[in-house]
Amino acid sequence: MTDIPLGDAAPAAPRPARSILETDARTRARNRAETRFRAYGLAALLVGLFFLVFLMSSILWNGLGAFTQTRFALDVELLESELDPEGTRDPAVIAKTSTFGYGDLIEAALAKAVAASGIQTDLEPGDLADILSSGAAAQIRDRVTADPSLVGQTVSFDLLASSRVDGYIKGRVTRESLADDKNLSPAHLDIVDALVADGTIARSFNMAFITGADASEKRPEEAGMGVAMVGSLYVMLTVLALALPIGVAASIYLEEFAPKNRFTDFIEVNIANLAAVPSIVYGILGLAVFIQFAELPQSAPLVGGLVLTLLTLPTIIIATRAALKAVPPSIRDAALGVGASRMQAVFHHVLPLAVPGIMTGTIIGMAHALGETAPLLLIGMVGFVASNYPDGALHGFVSPNSAMPAQVYEWAKRADPAFYERAWGGIIVLLVFLLLMNLVAVLVRRRFERRW
Amino acid sequence: MFHVKQPATALALVLLATPALARDNIQVAGSSTVLPYATIVAEAFGENFDFPTPVVEGGGTGSGLARFCEGVGENQIDIANASRPMRASEFETCQANGVTDIIEVRIGYDGIVFASQKGGASFAFTPAQWYNALAAQVVQDGQIVANPYTNWSQIDPSLPDQPILAFIPGTKHGTREVFEQRVLEQGCKDSGAEDAFVAANGGDEDAAGDSCIALRTDGLSNDIDGDYNETLARLEANPDGVGVFGLAFYENNTDTLQVATMSGVTPSTETIASGEYPVSRPLFFYVKKAHIGVIPGLKEFAEFFVSDDLAGEGGPLADYGLVADPELATTQQIVTDETVMAAPAS
Repeated sequence: MTDIPLGDAAPAAPRPARSILETDARTRARNRAETRFRAYGLAALLVGLFFLVFLMSSILWNGLGAFTQTRFALDVELLESELDPEGTRDPAVIAKTSTFGYGDLIEAALAKAVAASGIQTDLEPGDLADILSSGAAAQIRDRVTADPSLVGQTVSFDLLASSRVDGYIKGRVTRESLADDKNLSPAHLDIVDALVADGTIARSFNMAFITGADASEKRPEEAGMGVAMVGSLYVMLTVLALALPIGVAASIYLEEFAPKNRFTDFIEVNIANLAAVPSIVYGILGLAVFIQFAELPQSAPLVGGLVLTLLTLPTIIIATRAALKAVPPSIRDAALGVGASRMQAVFHHVLPLAVPGIMTGTIIGMAHALGETAPLLLIGMVGFVASNYPDGALHGFVSPNSAMPAQVYEWAKRADPAFYERAWGGIIVLLVFLLLMNLVAVLVRRRFERRW
Repeated sequence: MFHVKQPATALALVLLATPALARDNIQVAGSSTVLPYATIVAEAFGENFDFPTPVVEGGGTGSGLARFCEGVGENQIDIANASRPMRASEFETCQANGVTDIIEVRIGYDGIVFASQKGGASFAFTPAQWYNALAAQVVQDGQIVANPYTNWSQIDPSLPDQPILAFIPGTKHGTREVFEQRVLEQGCKDSGAEDAFVAANGGDEDAAGDSCIALRTDGLSNDIDGDYNETLARLEANPDGVGVFGLAFYENNTDTLQVATMSGVTPSTETIASGEYPVSRPLFFYVKKAHIGVIPGLKEFAEFFVSDDLAGEGGPLADYGLVADPELATTQQIVTDETVMAAPAS
């Protein structure tokens, strides 16, 4: 700038001497803006992190309790006079005694156990039974019908304590909170305290939560995720078997073979839009098409899988097309150049290179489907559904079942607060599955993906 | 329809619809009030019989009966739970869709209770107070005016000085109808507002009845379309709120809820059974007769539901909060004989 002739104007005042080490006001302002921006970014990150930590810790805090359960070791005298008066030991005769017939045996055994622990109580034997789960009778009956020779003996059972007792051991239920409670009284807790002291009542790892079936509203202590997990497995198998081949075939056609015209453009726009359709819409579609029109059974994981296939397809198609697009044209050209047909070029050269991307997309699409509840609501998979394991491997597709997120939703709706803990525990199980699937997706991408 | 998913749908239908899939489990849906009882029975049924455990879904009385009346067939539900009797309009839909023979089964009675957060002020309500708190129009000094009350103590000095904030069941719940009949209409009558409405409508009692149950829309009365857990969550967020619950739900949550008396009576299975507590209603389930003999175990399930072991006094349903029906034997006979219900009076 100093080279510009200034004519006869007076020479400009010399600029003040200034070190480049010294920053001027403008530079300082720019630097401040950058510092501020960094602080905003960091703050945003911290807020995100805070919510993540908050979410994770509240899930663990609320849900870990579901993984332990209070159990009651009880010796029950299986009176012949009650269960098999004729002494036949015929399983058909023994099966005639319903679970209600075992109530007296349990009450007698409980009264004995309480007396043995040396506590005086005013509670009637009928009221004492509130300490135990109402599922105890079924547990004993199942053992006896399976092995009739037990009748007449005294057998020790590891029975579930009722949900209120379990809540007391876990600190959720207190004497104060039982003040108006009909299910358990503070007097019961005195007995529980004594039985805990002599080791009859103890809290142990709750395998039944991971392997068990759903239970009715009266027995939160019995409820487990096992059957819902199997339901989710069958749903995912259906999704995988349908969405992957259809999605990949559609993508290959659209990407490699289809002519570029208004019709294929229209299809492309629709696929992109389908990915954004609210999932409940697929549920309504599933109800109308699969159940009402095709007359497939209600509450069947097969129908759930079909509905979620529709939901997953766009995700898989978009991911697969991106993976195919990422394969450089030189690969195709080289294959075509040495005389391969277009199909050979695609299947021998392009597709193998796109597999990691396709797999990542498929796994993420399926993880998304695994967490879906809304479409299942309308096809009968939410409710008291996951109560039995399917009879056989193929039955699993059609016998009524729920899915993991639907089970969590169902538990969160129920009246007994003990189900609340179950719901959070179910979230932990679901999250473990989702994290595993995402981990596999990341590993596949890291291990096999090629970049050009 | 001809999107890319069409081939998927078509393929799936061809592959899977061909073999006839016989259903061997019972499908139940409907009232969320009856749902807990139905799950308890379903579980015990699975334990004691060789039939598979029935599938029980919720969804509300209205949606359950709508699904029930869609038709007869294996892809239709067998039983609808209801917390109110079937309406004439629903019965007609059923008939039109081929669901002609319906067995109506009354399982017992249930109380509707009014509860607020534990530790807050305690309430002693009358229906008239509820009417004055929630109605869109009330009668003040002989004039019909838009509801001016915002505080319970403005309605009656005996009530606590607390803002009115009510969470009541939404219209898809059967509980709502009972609430309207036993509380709002009763309160409308008791407070004398009904006469004023009849006079204002020129003697038209139906219009007066509609005015009695028209609710204010200024946010002080909130419809809850979800289940009681949602009402509970709203109460926890709003310490001033009062919610409407089923007796069984309250009895499971006595650690967080305190119950209000209605006309001086505390709700319990005893006061409901004796008829002292005014806000109670019968619970029902409806069975498709055409499905008996087709769906295995359907009749056994219905009989088991109303057996003395389950629905009787001291049975597991009564333990959970159901008020046993004194005429249970009649109901058992109806189920055994498969007696079909007559068209309800509209």
